Amino acid sequence: MIRLLKTMPPTAILGVAVITIYAVVAIFAPMLAPHGEAEIVGAQFEPWSATYPLGTDTLGRDMLSRLIWGARNTVGVALVTTALAFAIGSVTGLLAAALGGWVDLGLSRLVDVLMAVPALILTLLALSALGPGVANLIVVIAVLDSTRVFRLARATAMNVMVMDYVEAAQLRGEGTWWIITREVLPNISAPLIAEFGLRFCFVFLTISALSFLGLGLPPPMADWGAMVRDNAALITFGDITPLMPAASIAVLTVSVNFVVDWLLHRASGLKD
Amino acid sequence: MLLNIENLKVEAKGDEGWTPILHGVDLQVDRGEVVGLIGESGAGKSTLGLAALGYAHGGLRFAGGRVLFDGTDLLQLPDRQRRAFRGRRVAYVAQSAAASFNPAWRLLAQFCEGPAIHHTAGRAESEAFARELYAAMHLPDPQNFGLRFPHQVSGGQLQRAMVAMAMACRPDLIVFDEPTTALDVTTQIGVLAAIRRAVEETGAAAIYISHDLAVVAQMADRIKVMRHGREIEEAPTQRMMTAPTQDYTRSLWAVREFRRPTRVLPQASAPTIAIRNVTAGYGNMDVLSDVGFEIPRGSTVAVVGESGSGKSTTARVMTGLLPPRLGRIELNGTALPPRLADRTTEQKRAVQMIYQIADTALNPRQTVRQILSRPLQFYLGLGGKAREARLHELMEQIEMEPAHFLDRLPGELSGGQKQRIGIARALAADPEFIICDEVTSALDQLVAEGILRLLSKVQDKTGLSYMFITHDIATVRAIADEVVVMKGGRIMDKGNLAEVLDPPRHDYTRQLLASVPQMDPSWLSRRISEGAA
Repeated sequence: MIRLLKTMPPTAILGVAVITIYAVVAIFAPMLAPHGEAEIVGAQFEPWSATYPLGTDTLGRDMLSRLIWGARNTVGVALVTTALAFAIGSVTGLLAAALGGWVDLGLSRLVDVLMAVPALILTLLALSALGPGVANLIVVIAVLDSTRVFRLARATAMNVMVMDYVEAAQLRGEGTWWIITREVLPNISAPLIAEFGLRFCFVFLTISALSFLGLGLPPPMADWGAMVRDNAALITFGDITPLMPAASIAVLTVSVNFVVDWLLHRASGLKD
Repeated sequence: MLLNIENLKVEAKGDEGWTPILHGVDLQVDRGEVVGLIGESGAGKSTLGLAALGYAHGGLRFAGGRVLFDGTDLLQLPDRQRRAFRGRRVAYVAQSAAASFNPAWRLLAQFCEGPAIHHTAGRAESEAFARELYAAMHLPDPQNFGLRFPHQVSGGQLQRAMVAMAMACRPDLIVFDEPTTALDVTTQIGVLAAIRRAVEETGAAAIYISHDLAVVAQMADRIKVMRHGREIEEAPTQRMMTAPTQDYTRSLWAVREFRRPTRVLPQASAPTIAIRNVTAGYGNMDVLSDVGFEIPRGSTVAVVGESGSGKSTTARVMTGLLPPRLGRIELNGTALPPRLADRTTEQKRAVQMIYQIADTALNPRQTVRQILSRPLQFYLGLGGKAREARLHELMEQIEMEPAHFLDRLPGELSGGQKQRIGIARALAADPEFIICDEVTSALDQLVAEGILRLLSKVQDKTGLSYMFITHDIATVRAIADEVVVMKGGRIMDKGNLAEVLDPPRHDYTRQLLASVPQMDPSWLSRRISEGAA
């Protein structure tokens, strides 16, 4: 572990450190937050003070507490969504690459159709049809994002499928599932892991954007995107409080990218 | 002295700092002289060749010594001035012409780049020179040849076009890095003749790098043998061929002499596998037409031919990957289902395959143990102790220490070791018949010989049948009992080794044999004067 740490570039160490802090905050939010998630504790828009380190919001809820609860909601939902997108995208992508023919054609065209419509508009459309709610949000974003994962999984898997060791497995008589999980998946895990990091950032941003538009996590759940929107008016008074949740998003995104860069670099075997 | 490399040291960057790959090597080249560099892969031949251009690959660095080109030390020059040398005074011809040309530009445009960059000739002048060189290299329609794109000409023509391109600025020295290794013998001879002509006509000096002794013997005035980044010995070609002083050099020379002891095959036994009147192809194009031969039990049948002759397609039909349009494959007298999916596990087990490139034939994420265990479990249902015992047996059969290698990944093995694991994987299935698809052509000669010996030994012990696909006549002579000569998807000739080859019975066989470079340094001149190229 320590040896691994020594070989890591400083950016990656920073990234891992920041992600760890976020994870700790998200997991222990109930203990760390001085107040409840939806608890109204003071007047509206109170300035920074000893009682309320980051002031209060539109409804008089403690900003710091909501920031901490927000880590749990926003990051948690983004994580679940990304995982789901990967489950859908990589399984279908691998199947398309392994089976080829009509399966590949059908899946690929379906993905083309989904990708042809601008993602945000499609998301808005689907969410207004299904109605808001955490589950709907997760499913809609996951399905739309899985199209990107599908493409990556399919393209990388295609490169592996033409390898002689896959042919050897086919000649042996191995089934499709074995070939996908044992021969192909281990060889495309590096780009998939890297994509997971990037996709996570995008999902995270999408959720924040949707929250900003009012279609994200339902109130009173604390959510960084919505917190920016709710308190945006303060900026006109020179108060930087609404930038705090925005900064939280930015810092996490950058950190994840640092780690992903390092993972990619390591997996590709490039020497500086 | 045109080029004088003194005590050159080059280091490669590894996980634990820099490791030397050239340990102080000297190389002298006079004007108009051709020096051959010989050695197995990893000997540092290419690194030394590139050093003549003052260049080192990414991840390498010069750690000492001098590269004096016409009195100037290239290693001391700033990049900009060094670039002025490259292309103009010293040029480089790489192994893969297909990968070295820009596919988006016509050949002539790429030819004219060098002269334009170095201001040695105007566009019209270099175009005229290109046509002259194309004609000298016997390229078809030299007036218009340069108007083609790289993908519109054959591999041999492209390699000749690259040789022409290297001459574009009339350099003093050309470095040829394995320029014919990827070509068929019948194509190779044309390229060799072109290189010979180019060097003679312009009076340029050359460094000719190859692992094929016979080829270097044709091209070089002087030969240097290298190994592990050190010089083994150096001598004029004639003396090097007749009286090498070092053991290593002698072992290189001896490899080509490997012959399997003559065996008595059980007569009149039914063939293990038979191909009956197979016609097959992709889409509407037939790659194989009416191909038929038998592989007697316990024997090795070599299938010889150039690329495009249908050798590998035959293998695909036999394995069931490509169902034939007409004809059938018989295993022990019963017809196999044409499609792989319709074959039983037992039928799949009987036919195994060993691949040309061991790198792509072994999953890089699986250990040797995993790779070999799977067929044992899949076909034979072996598990636990029985499997472990069989694993050890297999490893011993391929002459690799089980305790040492079983838990390694393919990336931690040498090329020859990887190929041995490929063999073990095929043997693990306990097959009746193995298809060996060019299994030695990607290996160094010494290593390849080891693989051939191993395969012979295994056959003697187990009575397996082999189909040996190859383009190398030396391999055929070394291992085959019977030969099938193919060209353009048809069988030209088939029969016993001696019947087919000694003397060559069919015209095409004769042509193939005549194109194989001989150790005799005058072979190429003789072939050229006979009008072969």
